[in-house]
Amino acid sequence: MFGGIDPALLISALMVASVPIILAAIGELVVERAGVLNLGVEGMMIMGAVCGFIVSVQSGSAVLGFVGGALGGAAMALIFGVLTQFLLANQVASGLALTLFGLGLSSLMGQSFVGIRPPATGAVPFGPLADIPFFGRVLFSHDWVVYLSIASVAATWWMLKATRTGLILRAVGESHDAAHALGYKVRRIRMLAILFGGAMAGLGGAYISMVRVPQWTDGITSGAGWIALAIVVFAAWRPWRALVGAYLFGGISVLQLNLQAAGARIPVEYLSMSPYLITILVLVIMSSGKGKAALNAPASLGQNFHASR
Amino acid sequence: MTRPELLRVEGVTKAYPGVVANSDVSFAISEGEIHALLGENGAGKSTLVKMIYGLVKPDSGRMTLRGAAYTPAEPRAARASGVAMVFQHFSLFEALNVAENVALGMENPPPMKELASRIRQVSADYGLPLDPNRMVGDLSAGERQRVEIVRCLLQDPKLLIMDEPTSVLTPQEVEILFRTLRQLSAEGTAILYISHKLEEIRTLCDEATILRRGKVVATCTPRDRSAREMAELMIGATLTPPERAGGTKGATALEVVDLSVASPIPFGTSLKNVSFRVAKGEVLGIAGVAGNGQDELLLALSGEVRAAQGAVKIDGAGVGHTGPNDRRALGLVAAPEERLGHAAAPDMSLVENALLSGALRKGLTTRGFIDWTATEAFAAGIVKDFDVRTPGTHVAARALSGGNLQKFVVGRELSQTPSVIVINQPTWGVDAAAAASIRQAILDRAAGGAAVVVISQDLDELLEIADTFAALNEGRLTQPRPVAGLTIDEIGLMMGGAHGMEVAHHGH
Repeated sequence: MFGGIDPALLISALMVASVPIILAAIGELVVERAGVLNLGVEGMMIMGAVCGFIVSVQSGSAVLGFVGGALGGAAMALIFGVLTQFLLANQVASGLALTLFGLGLSSLMGQSFVGIRPPATGAVPFGPLADIPFFGRVLFSHDWVVYLSIASVAATWWMLKATRTGLILRAVGESHDAAHALGYKVRRIRMLAILFGGAMAGLGGAYISMVRVPQWTDGITSGAGWIALAIVVFAAWRPWRALVGAYLFGGISVLQLNLQAAGARIPVEYLSMSPYLITILVLVIMSSGKGKAALNAPASLGQNFHASR
Repeated sequence: MTRPELLRVEGVTKAYPGVVANSDVSFAISEGEIHALLGENGAGKSTLVKMIYGLVKPDSGRMTLRGAAYTPAEPRAARASGVAMVFQHFSLFEALNVAENVALGMENPPPMKELASRIRQVSADYGLPLDPNRMVGDLSAGERQRVEIVRCLLQDPKLLIMDEPTSVLTPQEVEILFRTLRQLSAEGTAILYISHKLEEIRTLCDEATILRRGKVVATCTPRDRSAREMAELMIGATLTPPERAGGTKGATALEVVDLSVASPIPFGTSLKNVSFRVAKGEVLGIAGVAGNGQDELLLALSGEVRAAQGAVKIDGAGVGHTGPNDRRALGLVAAPEERLGHAAAPDMSLVENALLSGALRKGLTTRGFIDWTATEAFAAGIVKDFDVRTPGTHVAARALSGGNLQKFVVGRELSQTPSVIVINQPTWGVDAAAAASIRQAILDRAAGGAAVVVISQDLDELLEIADTFAALNEGRLTQPRPVAGLTIDEIGLMMGGAHGMEVAHHGH
């Protein structure tokens, strides 16, 4: 419809654009499957973004940068975990506070890093594969984090479906009281899930500041964490659906840029707000009418666990 | 016949802040013995078995299993020693299937396919048919219990602990469970059977240890004692059964016509064409195994779930489409089963909780302002009339024990001079003396001309207070019948019979 859009380029771009939300959404999916609602994804992502950026600039290594990003996100998650699992604070309030805290702290930490370029994250060399028409461009021309994001979806799916770890994780999210009665360490399992979620969100954030943009500015994640949260619900807590959801959203944001470039006669503001508008719509549609069970939501989601007698 | 001793508990004591749950408890159980732990709610039975299962650590005392010291640090260790437990409130996960639920209760579960075939085999051996691939949320209460039992049996336990296993079963299902238990006992598995149902213990158990307020007050052979003797040992006093005035019935006060509503509860049971009528002064008892539509029926009668206008009629006026306050205005009060979070707001004081349901009928508000003096008097009246043990009316509802809160929420509804009363599980978790006084209060209201619907899973309770009897089974209500002349067998069939269970295959 607009001549300037090349489908191979579009698909390839949306795969890259979706990486941060895939990583964050898979992390949050595991957290929520364990029965914990962490609304602080945005805060963990932006802390991952700033930590990843600083570490990569200081060390000159992109890989170390991603490790730093994951650690930054996990450190934020640790705060949330201690608050909600040990001090039994309200999960919704703690999550929102975590986001506000992360936005502020990252801004402070990143002050002297504005305007610097981070080391490049190179494409994985696939050799002749990359020269295949269309598919080479779409599938074999990306950096390693893109493949990591897809691998994490597959690994999470397999873990939840086929392993005992996954079964225990789902059991804890389904009924923490029953899991406790059977002798599972609810708090420990949830803490590990929360830390995993934080590390994944941190990775996603680091990808934004080190690859997508790539430089540091305040508020760089610009709502990607909220989109990741919405995708978890949209995906009905299933990993592959989260991937589809993330590609849909990634696709919309890439298409939006392409449409702008191709000179579509829609005001830019409408296009920029479209991913967020669709996020809201999805959440409303998914939660209307039917109960939680129809959505496949973990039954203990958002409830604090306290071992009584 | 003397059998080798399996488990010995000596001088075990466990105290919680403010209450001693077990004090110097000792008993022993032999291999293959069916041993009853008998006592009222709060007598310390659950704490005791939780210690044996490794969920709770005793403060002092010791346990020996086959002569060796036994100190399970966690349920895993208990299971490894051959101790398995079937929980009173099921330790099951509704959104997982049967095989997954079983796997979660095992130490080293085999791969899912093999586990599924073993579940089929064990369930067939013991007459407890189960489909490993079904979602637990879709199973009936009796089937859920089978999942728990099969989970235990797969681990080849030496000691099987059963915490009030029959409270959710129909009489026919109880019969089949007992056969399974006897078969296990004959194979050498000891069973520790917790209950307060005396007749069951007399038919099933070889030995009984009776607990009262955390102490062992007696041990006996249940077959040699009458139920009454054991009840008095358990309660420590003589009981006076409620008196009924045998009043005359008046005009129809509550009529339900062809009521069908979808369940708002996940994995709930929708009501299907429920019809009945209750006259002034009549008590209708509605029995049924948990999860057959009891909660939904209460919601539809109280007005929390709306139906067609003509589906619920109070004194002939259709109110099916109205909410709880409109129905309260017409004299209908309702007390749901779930005390914390449904009948009472956990973090609000008793005074505030009294206001929440009593405001309308007791006139506790004027032009939107609360009359705190009158509300406090109302709350204090309930506490006094229903013997609610509490430091005062300003404590939070969650601070009360289950039984005391139950007395409060039932008392709150009964104190509003209602003309129609709907109660779900009026005496659940309440000790025998308090239960008797709640039942008496219900009968007094009926004698005063109120129409009463009592939904309960306690058959003895219903037979004691109800004039007419009906049962809910998968959301359908049977034709109400007069209580006089009903046999337990007929009641069991009304409740749905054995739900497809079969008798254990002996001699496999």
